[in-house]
Order: sequence, then C-alpha cells, then structure tokens
Amino acid sequence: MPEYKAPQRDMQFVLNEVLDVENHYQNLPGCDEATPDMVAAIMEEGAKFAERVLSPLNQVGDQQGCQFNDGQVTTPDGFKEAYQQFVEGGWPSLAHDPQWGGQGLPESLGILINEMVGTANWSWSMYPGLSHGAMNTLEAHGTDQQKQTYLTKLVSGEWTGTMCLTEPHCGTDLGMLRTKAEPQADGSYKVSGTKIFISAGEHDMADNIVHIVLARLPDAPEGTKGISLFIVPKFLPTADGGVGERNGVSCGSIEHKMGIHGNSTCVMNFDGATGFLIGPPNKGLNCMFTFMNTARLGTALQGLAHAEWGFQNSLTYAKERLQMRSLTGPKAPDRAADPIIVHPEVRKLLLTQKAIAEGGRALIYLSALQVDKAHMAEDPAERAEADGLLAFLTPIAKAFLTELGFESANHGLQVYGGHGYISEWGMEQNVRDSRISMLYEGTTQIQALDLLGRKVLMTQGEALKGFTKIVHKFCQAHSDEQPMQEFLEPLNKLNKEWGELTMKIGMKAMQNRDEVGAASVDYLMYSGYVTLAYLWARMAQVAQQKLAAGEGDTAFYQAKLTTARFYFQRLLPRTRSLVETMLSGADNLMALDEDHFQF
Amino acid sequence: MKVLVAVKRVLDHNVKVRVKSDHSDVDLTNIKMALNPFCEIAVEEAVRLKEAGIATEVVVMSIGPKAVQEQIRTALALGADRGIQIETDTMPESLSVAKLIAKVVEDERPSLIILGKQAIDSDNNQTGQMLAALTGMGQGTFASDVEIQDNEALVTREVDGGLQTVALRLPAIVTSDLRLNEPRYASLPNIMKAKKKPLDVKSAAELGIELRAHTELLKVEPPAERQGGIKVASVEELVDKLKNEAKVI
Ligand SMILES: Cc1cc2nc3c(=O)[nH]c(=O)nc-3n(C[C@H](O)[C@H](O)[C@H](O)COP(=O)(O)OP(=O)(O)OC[C@H]3O[C@@H](n4cnc5c(N)ncnc54)[C@H](O)[C@@H]3O)c2cc1C
Repeated sequence: MPEYKAPQRDMQFVLNEVLDVENHYQNLPGCDEATPDMVAAIMEEGAKFAERVLSPLNQVGDQQGCQFNDGQVTTPDGFKEAYQQFVEGGWPSLAHDPQWGGQGLPESLGILINEMVGTANWSWSMYPGLSHGAMNTLEAHGTDQQKQTYLTKLVSGEWTGTMCLTEPHCGTDLGMLRTKAEPQADGSYKVSGTKIFISAGEHDMADNIVHIVLARLPDAPEGTKGISLFIVPKFLPTADGGVGERNGVSCGSIEHKMGIHGNSTCVMNFDGATGFLIGPPNKGLNCMFTFMNTARLGTALQGLAHAEWGFQNSLTYAKERLQMRSLTGPKAPDRAADPIIVHPEVRKLLLTQKAIAEGGRALIYLSALQVDKAHMAEDPAERAEADGLLAFLTPIAKAFLTELGFESANHGLQVYGGHGYISEWGMEQNVRDSRISMLYEGTTQIQALDLLGRKVLMTQGEALKGFTKIVHKFCQAHSDEQPMQEFLEPLNKLNKEWGELTMKIGMKAMQNRDEVGAASVDYLMYSGYVTLAYLWARMAQVAQQKLAAGEGDTAFYQAKLTTARFYFQRLLPRTRSLVETMLSGADNLMALDEDHFQF
Repeated sequence: MKVLVAVKRVLDHNVKVRVKSDHSDVDLTNIKMALNPFCEIAVEEAVRLKEAGIATEVVVMSIGPKAVQEQIRTALALGADRGIQIETDTMPESLSVAKLIAKVVEDERPSLIILGKQAIDSDNNQTGQMLAALTGMGQGTFASDVEIQDNEALVTREVDGGLQTVALRLPAIVTSDLRLNEPRYASLPNIMKAKKKPLDVKSAAELGIELRAHTELLKVEPPAERQGGIKVASVEELVDKLKNEAKVI
C-alpha cells in the first residue's frame, strides 16, 4: 500500500529557516495570530488529517471513480465522510474573512494545508479546491448580500463551489464562449448554455453547489470584453438561507478520463437557470484575473504533490527491493542481492524527484508569501511589488513545476520497475493523476506565452529585471562565503544570461511575432531552472550556515547541501540545451507547409 | 464535576528511535515530539464527559520544561478548558510526577483524575497507581469504558482474563487503555481558541516537592538487529529447533 507522510521537517525548514515566515506574518496586519507555535499546531493537525483520513482513500478513489446515474454523481467510498470531517474541522474557513465566518488566517497557511491535503489525495482535494476559487470570486466581487447568502455557506463548507469557464468549442480561447444570460425583471438572469469539463460540477458531498459561470449578456461586445460573471446555485436559496427550489442547471454526464478518477468532471447544462451577476457587466474576465495567480498557484502545487508522493514511495521501495550487485562490490553481502538504491541510475531517479519536490516547495511557499503581501501589506508600494513578483513567478511555478512533477511521477514509477506499471503499487496512478496538471488552469503553452509575451516582453523586461535583481542581491550578499561559490558562480552567470536571452528573443520578435511563440516553452523551462537554482542556492546557504554554527540536525543539512549540488550539477545544465533550442528561431517550426506534415 | 487530566510530552510514535553514540540515553535532539497517545485518549474521555454534561470543567496539566506547553495546547485544542504546567528542568521520574500531581489534586480538588495507563517512552505504567497510593483514592487502571453514576465511577478494565468492572467512589483515578475511545481531530477554530485559554505555570519548588531520582540510567542500547530467518522442512524440525537451539520451549 502506498503511503504519505507529511514532510513536516522540510516544510518547517522552508517556512522558518529559508523564508523567515515569523517575521513575514508579524509584519502583515491581521496576521498576528499566525505565530510559529500556531503555524506548527495547524500544520500538525492538517498532517494528521491528510495522512490518516485522505491518504487511505487515494487508491479507492482511483479504482472506484465517480459514478453517474440519471443526473446524480456518486463519489468513491469514503469521500463524502472525509469531506464531512474536513468541514467539522473548520478547514474550509481557514483563509477567509471572519465577517463571513472565516478564520482570517493568511492565504499562505491555506496553501500549506493544501499541499498536504493535495499530496495525500489530489482528486479529493479538488472538491474543496474549487470551492476556494468560488469563495475568492465572491469575496472579491460579490455584494454583501451575495456574500451573506453564498460565501458564508462556502466558508462553513456546507456548500461547495465550481468554476464554469470551458465550453465544447472553447477552452483556451474564452473570448469565443457562447453561454447566454438574459436579464429578468427582478434583476436576476436566465443563464443558458453548455459547459464542459467542470470539476466537482455535481457530487454527493454537500447540500448545494454554487456555480460561478462565465456568460454573455445580450448586448455584450464580441470577444473577451463581453464576458460577465454569474452565480448559479444548484438549488436556489430560500429567504432564510436554506436550500430551496431546484434550479435549471443539471449534470448531463461525467467524463471517463486518464486520471483523477475520484473527482467528477462534468458536462453542465444550463437551461434558463436563474443566475445573479457578480461584479460589473462585461468585466467578468477582469474579475477572474484578480485571483488568477492564486488559482494557478493552486495547480502549481499539483506538480509538487506528485513529485513528493512519488519520491516518498519510491524511496521506501528502493531501500527494500534487492536486485543485482553494486558495481563497486556487494553492499549487502549477507543478502541475496543489494537494495537497488546502491545503483547510480536509481539514485538519479530518486534525487531528481527529491530536488524537484523540495525545490518546488520553496518556490510555492515563496510565491504564497507574495499572495499574502499582495492582499494584506499596509504599504501600497509593497503590495504592488509583491503583486508584480507573484505575476512573474506564477506562470513559471504553474508550468515548470507541473511539467517536472509529471517527470518526477514517471521516475517514481521507474524505480519500481515492472511493478510500477502494475496498479496495486499506486505508481501508475500517480503518473496518470499528475498528467492533467499541465492542461487545466492554462496549458503549459499558454503559461509560456503569458510569461514571455505578457509578463516579460510587454513590460519591456521590467518584471524579469525585478526578479533578476533579487537573485543578484542574494548573490552579492553571500559573495564572500567561500563554500557558497559553487552555487553562486553558476547562478550569477545564468541570471545575466537570462536577460541577454530575453533581449535576443525580443529583437527577433520585432520582425516576427511567431518568434515569441517559438521560443516560449523553452524560455519558460529555462526560467524555471534558474528560479529553482536561486531557491536551491538559498537553501544551501541556510544549510551551510547551520552546519558552520554546529546548530541543529547535521544529517538534515548535509542532505540539503548534497541535494543542492545534485540540482546544480545534474538538472541545471539542462539550461544549455534550452538556450540552443530557444534561440534556434521560428523557421524550423514554421517552414514546413501545413500540407506537407503528412510526408 | 471537575476532571483533571495529566499528560506527558513524549517522542512521536512514528519516529524511529536512535540511541546517542555514547549510549548515555535516547537521542532526542531535533526529534519530533507529541502528546503521549494514551494521554490523548485520557483527554478525549474528559472532553466527552464534558460534552455529555457530566463534567463541568476539564483541567489539563503537564510536567517538564517549557516545551511541554505545546502538549498542553494540543489538549486545550481538543477541548480542555485550562492548563497547568509544572515547570521542571528535566522530565522527573514517576514517583516525583505522582507527587506533583497529588499536589495539584490537593489544590484543584477534581472529582475525577484521568491519566494514560503508561507513556510510550519509558512504558513504566506506574504513575496512576502511585498517585492512587499517595491520595488514597480508588483506582481503575487499563480502562476501556468509564461511566459516571451518582457519586461513583464504573470503570471497565482490560485485565488478562478479559474485562473486569469496578465501582469507584469519587474522587477517583482512572488510567486509559487503548480502546477507551478514539481521539478526535482538533478543529481549526479550536486550535486557534486554545491559544487564548489560560495556562498557569508553577515550579516544582513552589509546590514544595523535591525532585529525587531513585534510579540511575547506566546505559542505553538499541535492540539487537534481527538475524535472518531460516526455512524448516517439517513441524518436527521446527519443534526440535525451538527446543534445542532457541531453547524457548
Ligand atoms: C479533468 C479536467 C478538469 C477540468 N476542470 C475545469 C473546470 O473546473 N472548469 C473549467 O472551466 N474548465 C475545466 N477544464 C478545462 C481546461 O481548463 C481546458 O481543457 C484547458 O483550458 C484547455 O482547453 P481545451 O481543452 O479547449 O484545449 P484547446 O484550447 O483546444 O487547446 C489545444 C492545444 O492547443 C494549444 N494551444 C491553444 N492555443 C494556443 C496558443 N495560442 N499558442 C500555443 N498553443 C496553443 C494548447 O496548449 C493545447 O495543447 C478541465 C479540463 C479537464 C480535462
């Protein structure tokens, strides 16, 4: 049976030792509750829930999947009860406004809990995950009355939420969406259209489901500037806030799919369903953008989740599985063969997963702290700065970490050999489950265009400069630490090269916009490797410092250093190949005539 | 009715125990610590008594350095009302612990005192019994069920031969066994409330108890590594080996 243990030591390391979260929370108004002992207590309880309640349901969810019967969806055994426990524990309320029943804790703490919940059971975690998206929408753009009616129920967890964007003919290009909303005399709207791929669109875990729907008003302009946001509840609320009449929205079917079987992916039919406008008309996409980064960070987390899960289980296996002898002579002479962890190539598989999971954790937490600051910092300049940094890091975290999360999940399977391919061990599920993360919340290609086109080139490189400055400052600050040179030297070089590459692509793009597209994914991956190198260097620096001071757990810090070294010597060199390909131009992609692909 | 629960900070049951290189003790540096599982059950029982309207207040106490406040907070998050820490530099032996608890009992005058039957670090299983001797109260150890009726506690005990039920006049002492209940998960709002619940700190000296060591730890050694097993061809061979080689039957 695969297992998950929340890596609390590493989580604490990143939070406290690398990112100094105590200081961070103390400087944010309203976060004084989040003291280190409180954070530790919350983490501990979240870990228990993830390990004991959710982790054992992960395989069940995959094997049973969701069942569809005449508009109703039944979730796998245990999912509903686990959700009930989650609600009783008050977890949905963590990062929300106390005015609506929330605990008012910072968003970053919620992300910390999501890491454990999501790693233990990604499919399950999507039900509260989608609610969180709906809550953020309502919190930012709803009227007080809408908050009173819907937000309080979502915060308490009694109801869940969805995000209904995608339609059969449009996923990436939401400007084409057709779902209509007709104004009614009473101020409500009649919403009609078909949405597909709606996660958690229908299920049996809560009394009501609040759909947040993108649709068009009758007089709306074409394209993305004509989209509005609506609340469409499955059951219309009664005057006293209870569950009333059934609304005209129903689930037509659920998808049979590659992974995340425990989460329902629904076709949702809106047949003149009663809806309520949120935010200004035709500004729906702008409204969505206000928390797009937070939502995408939530998906970036999936990369970390599958890397961590694969790593934990394949590590256990690699120590137990006996096969062949070490090339340098038997390491377990009294046994029939050596455990496979003695083989260099098996270690490469393990270390890659470890470096991605731990580096990814640092990247997610760093971004999460920017979410806090962007929302809560007193000083507007500080808020703006954090928002900018978050906007820059988000596409990197989302696309890079999910791509490497998938690679890591694959490595996890590889460690198990043929047994990895057999369902019982859970490793093939991990690969299948991880695959979706590169598709939803904006595909890798779309994130890459967002990074290179919108975030970097459109700001004339300002966003990139903002980040490379941070990296540069870090390198400067530790330039006299001799043992850090092995990390700082390559990091400094890449940090400079990053700007030069951007210039080169920018120049080419002035002649031909396809150059942006042609370089985008390679550019994003390059950016990911450099960003992670910065974080690994920071972690190495803390480890060096602790070792030099003789503080704490020596083995832990040694392992950090060794993993940092692995990252710099085995993963970071991938940037060399990316540089070549990203600069190779659009021609090698565009030259082939569309009709000649077949030859 | 007031219930007093005494809890201990021990190493987490998931942690693999390591022995210090000089064999002087178990190595606890940077080891994850937790509430002793039997103590957690004791807290749960007290909270359930309160929820059932039988107990009116649940007081939780722990003895040790400042760090034990973490475990007191954990108990408060599970539903206890207030905490008492008896500050000591190190973890005292069972008899000193029992004496300190007896002092608190004198001050607090609880009707029921619930303890874990043993702590998973030293596995002594004696504090509850010592406390009973010191206070002269009745004891129901290894409890798998506790019922309060009028002025009595009916305690079902897990004994070697099965179950035994004893009736204890209150105030009384109960020590919890594994099957007494299944502790809840602390809810997020309760974790946050726990921080605001009162927690008194007293020193052992203030209570007038002198901490004495009655035993001396000479050496700690990890259990011998398990030797590889062998296959036997028949039941006769197995019996023979058990008799003549292993000498266990
Ligand atoms: C399991 C699952 C759950 C989902 N949950 C939800 C949900 O809860 N709510 C919701 O609204 N949606 C949801 N989705 C939909 C998801 O967000 C979309 O599938 C995704 O946005 C991609 O859209 P598409 O499938 O239409 O692909 P398309 O947009 O048709 O893209 C096809 C391919 O073309 C590429 N491409 C498109 N445009 C460009 C470009 N300009 N440059 C380069 N490449 C490009 C894409 O990267 C992709 O590889 C879910 C999907 C799945 C499979």
